[in-house]
Amino acid sequence: MQTEAERNNLVHIEHLKKYFAVKQGLFSSPKYVKAVDGVSLDIPKNSTFGIVGESGSGKTTIGRTILRLIEPISGVVRYLSIDITSLNKKELRIFRRKMQIVSQDPYNSLHPRKLVKNIIGEGLQIHFKLSSEEIYKRVRDILEEVGLREEHMFRYPHEFSGGQRQRIAVARALVLKPEFLVLDEPTSALDVSVQAVILKMLKDLKREFSLTYLFITHDLAVIDYMADYMAVMYLGQIMEIGSKNDIFSSPMHPYTLLLLNSIPYPDPRKKKKKVLPIGEIPSPIDPPQGCRFHTRCPYMKDKCVKEEPEIREIGTGHLVKCHFPLV
Amino acid sequence: MEKVKSITQNEKIKLFFQQRKPILEDWKHTFYLWKSTPLAMIGTVLIIIFLGIAILAPLLTSYNPTAQNMNERLLAPSSQHIFGTDQYGRDVFSRVVYGTRVEVWIIFVVSIISIIIGLIVGIIAGYFGGVADEVLMRITDMFLAFPRLVLAMVLTAALGPNLTNTMIAIALVDWTIYARLGRAEAMKVKSQPYIEAIRAMGANDLRIIVFHVLPMSISPVIVQLTLRMGTIILTAAGLGFLGLGAQPPTPEWGAIVSDGRSYLVDQWWITTFPGIAIAIVVLGFNLLGDGIRDILDPRLRR
Amino acid sequence: MQKVRGNLLNISKLKVVFYTYRGIIKALNGVELWMNKGERLGIVGETGCGKSVTALSIMGLIEQPGEIIEGDILFEDKLLTSMKETSLINIRGKEISMIFQEPVAALNPVMRVGFQIAESIARSKKNNNVKEVYVEVRRMLEIAGLDWKRTIDLYPHELSGGMAQRVMIAMALSSNPKLLIADEPTSALDVTIQAQILELLDELVKKFGNAVILITHDMGVAAEFCDKMAVMYAGNMVEYARTTNIFENPYHPYTRGLLKAVPKIGRTDELQSIRGIVPDLVNPPSGCRFHPRCKHATDICRKKIPPLIKIKSGHYVACYLYWKEGIKSAN
Repeated sequence: MQTEAERNNLVHIEHLKKYFAVKQGLFSSPKYVKAVDGVSLDIPKNSTFGIVGESGSGKTTIGRTILRLIEPISGVVRYLSIDITSLNKKELRIFRRKMQIVSQDPYNSLHPRKLVKNIIGEGLQIHFKLSSEEIYKRVRDILEEVGLREEHMFRYPHEFSGGQRQRIAVARALVLKPEFLVLDEPTSALDVSVQAVILKMLKDLKREFSLTYLFITHDLAVIDYMADYMAVMYLGQIMEIGSKNDIFSSPMHPYTLLLLNSIPYPDPRKKKKKVLPIGEIPSPIDPPQGCRFHTRCPYMKDKCVKEEPEIREIGTGHLVKCHFPLV
Repeated sequence: MEKVKSITQNEKIKLFFQQRKPILEDWKHTFYLWKSTPLAMIGTVLIIIFLGIAILAPLLTSYNPTAQNMNERLLAPSSQHIFGTDQYGRDVFSRVVYGTRVEVWIIFVVSIISIIIGLIVGIIAGYFGGVADEVLMRITDMFLAFPRLVLAMVLTAALGPNLTNTMIAIALVDWTIYARLGRAEAMKVKSQPYIEAIRAMGANDLRIIVFHVLPMSISPVIVQLTLRMGTIILTAAGLGFLGLGAQPPTPEWGAIVSDGRSYLVDQWWITTFPGIAIAIVVLGFNLLGDGIRDILDPRLRR
Repeated sequence: MQKVRGNLLNISKLKVVFYTYRGIIKALNGVELWMNKGERLGIVGETGCGKSVTALSIMGLIEQPGEIIEGDILFEDKLLTSMKETSLINIRGKEISMIFQEPVAALNPVMRVGFQIAESIARSKKNNNVKEVYVEVRRMLEIAGLDWKRTIDLYPHELSGGMAQRVMIAMALSSNPKLLIADEPTSALDVTIQAQILELLDELVKKFGNAVILITHDMGVAAEFCDKMAVMYAGNMVEYARTTNIFENPYHPYTRGLLKAVPKIGRTDELQSIRGIVPDLVNPPSGCRFHPRCKHATDICRKKIPPLIKIKSGHYVACYLYWKEGIKSAN
């Protein structure tokens, strides 16, 4: 029996894990990069769910693992009520239409030797049997939606700026009329003014096409602008998860607080004395025992070194993985 | 949102040519670079002459390259026989000229076979990785472990000495280069973000290999091919010289050189002229190959 | 030489071009910049605005196919633009040091970290006594927040981004330079590490009194670290003021546009974008290079590049909007 909340979820993820083997040579036991180590979350329909984290947090891997572009080693991903982790290749292909991805790098995410027309149209060719006129029309229409013109179809990616290329990448993702879009740092490589344009466009498109977004970034200010819900990741695990407003107004995990403190605020009048995390980010091959954040936590106590914390719910929908959450 | 007027058919045609313009600019730039590399130009000219001779062979000589005429044995070069005749009275000039056709045929067949085998092996190894990669690369290594000429000799001897088998043998020695190239390209292309995007759209492996990996592999293959053509000819000539290649009376240059072996001192023309031909053509291909490599390289440094 | 406005550095009418097969890139179009001893100046701008080129020009590191075709750079009383390489070497790494965006790439990959710092100390202090130099190396590593016992024998690729940047800072500050140029020093680092590095720089520079030019595209970093800011666009400096004034009272349309486009935590209004895109510097717009994107553009903006105008004490703008108020060109 599904609860009200469950029926509202587009994507449900349970205990998702992805480890990458690191070659050690012939005689030593293999080591693993625990990129995603037991992540569970729910993405409600028509919402923007943000994932925030630094290097080694697993945020880059998780987007791709959800779409099965990288195969998870365990865990479940449910799209509506269908378990997509157990689909075979053929069935998965049909689902691909509903879930698309826009990546970070505007310079390599488009095939450099193909015309924009074919880059966008390829998806249509794979899934539908359409006449070339139909394809032409659809490509033209979607280009308009992202603010480009019909004649841009006949150009090569290198003739466009970074921002325009991201628009093309978005157009390519949208031409199949998906419901769910994974946006992996889509504006991190763009200038500030271009980023503003792309973020606004993404918001407009989401409204117009009733999309659901998974927005992955390291920039908390962008999350504040875009997301409704968010999760903070560290070394492959979720440290805090909840609605964006709850987390920004009362962060409960020390890492979240320190992350917020670390961000240089673009206003010189607001200078505060900050508590910062200590030391370097550990490697995800050998994450610390107990609570993964304990090596950098200024509030660390004995328990944190020995025991891995449980995930606790404090306030509706606001979960924290910490022995001593800041309340 | 206001409806933007759709572009007319005429405008589409204009756009079609307009979009070709950067490619044309590219070719113009290539041509300019080619003109400024004297070695590449010399190489190209030599090869064009070589191909020209192959095509125009009947116009260049009226003698039948295989016709024996025991009355005219071992004649020195003269106005009748520009390169003289061999021990069977055959006109050496026409044998060399028709020999170009044999060489062209050899290059063509060997290239096709080795590229096909090489790319299939290489792309599968590079794209799928894992066990397939290990196994295929070990097989490639095995072929590479043998000295090329020795391996070609062994294969030809095993298959039986004739021209077709020689070509197969040389191809079986040569394919490893293309396998390495194909593997490198496959590995490089596979990890590109745009491939990930296409996979997210539902493309299967076959589609990615055929429509994306293969086209990207073509240009390094062509460069490599031009560099190897000289070697192919030399190997074929070597095998021909040993009697393992084209069988008489086919006028393959190596075989002709071999024919003149016992007459080297007094009737030097039988061996010398085909020998010179081999040298010139191999030189031409090498110069052309080097030139192509140079032209492509600095351009990438833009 | 135009009026000397700062007691440490004065850049006047700096024009730099790059000769490429595509054409001549007019990277710097008459840059004016100045600063005083001990000050922290932030140069902000987007890609292609010329901030890195300006830094390299100060260091005398503009090489073929680039060339300084006009302008002066006055460092204290020395005219850097007319100095030969042999004299510039004595300033580089000693009186003016630089740190870069990718710290691991800026270090020599085949030398141990301790050795590289030692090399730079030996050079700048003209001291070849190994013992003394290494004492200094250890001291600098400690100051940079590293455990010298663990790091001194490492190779650059064994360091994390943050550690490598600390090493670079140690090297750069070992000669106690009068000016430290930091070109996007934290852009390649994680947010928490970035905060640590900025805090370290803040501490050290306060202690040793170096002047700093911090080049960044991140308005937040500039706001936190710098006393004064220079905003650059397409090869020109368009606004120069104290940091608080840039944020509270931006005058140039580009500065205003930029500030409205930056997402801030807690910001409730819509982001606003600047229409148009950054210009191609091979064929830049005539006159004021921002005019195609500016809704206030008039005829004169298209014809002549606006001079730097002093709007208030310590606040300068290069824009004709403020010209008509009868304010004369900055003198």
